[in-house]
Amino acid sequence: MTSPGTILFVTTAIFAIVGGLITVWARRPLRAAIGLLVHIVSLAGMFLTLNAQLLAAIQLLVYAGAVVVLFVFVIMLIGPASQVGAIQGRLASRALSLAVTIAIVLAVSTSLANFDRPWGPVSDDFGTVEGLGMAIYSEALVPFEVISITLLVAIVGAVAIARSRTE
Amino acid sequence: MGVGTYLALASVLFGIGAAGFLTRRNMLIQLMSIELMLNSVNVVLLAFNRVNPANHDGQVFVFFVIAVAAAEAAVGLAILIAYYRIKKTIDTDDASLLKY
Repeated sequence: MTSPGTILFVTTAIFAIVGGLITVWARRPLRAAIGLLVHIVSLAGMFLTLNAQLLAAIQLLVYAGAVVVLFVFVIMLIGPASQVGAIQGRLASRALSLAVTIAIVLAVSTSLANFDRPWGPVSDDFGTVEGLGMAIYSEALVPFEVISITLLVAIVGAVAIARSRTE
Repeated sequence: MGVGTYLALASVLFGIGAAGFLTRRNMLIQLMSIELMLNSVNVVLLAFNRVNPANHDGQVFVFFVIAVAAAEAAVGLAILIAYYRIKKTIDTDDASLLKY
């Protein structure tokens, strides 16, 4: 019988693939951003089937709340120039890269699809704020501090790069 | 649903992102394709962590991947705006300032 987890996985997988295809295919960047939003929200649902509740919430907050909005702001800022014309030139290299990508994906996905391991029982705090927070603050404390500096440097760098040269 | 299903799905999502990055000319869509690839790697890390739930190593990795992806998006979009100021387009086929 199909369990609720299986139903949730299949639904989110279909939405993730459709959202990804919209992102890649769309002519208008705003539609691509909406496709990315669908993809991210469905992946957050898929994280729930893998007992990663905190990361599902972080995915919604950081990706759907910050990254997609950043993309939409840039599309608004650039305006009509955010849409470029149809693909022309370098058709051979583009077709070759597409064919190689499809071949690699088919090989990898068909060989991995039957790989199976038992899921096993999980403890009560697996993936919760309590469990993951304890893991981050006890085992990954130094990387956690380093990532805060990285984000600060990224913010300053983004402002420095995007700033107008003619004051 | 075994862990292989998650791995196969993640490889398909990575392939969608890689194909978009390699074939599209719009720099915005290429940045979104990078986000697709980073997200598919997160699915793999979480699936393997769910197979071996004795520790949280995979989930900690996903946490840092999300943080780095946010920083990458901010810097990438800043570079896009600087490039748009110079060239008045975001077509990556026209990005030839450092080529010669």
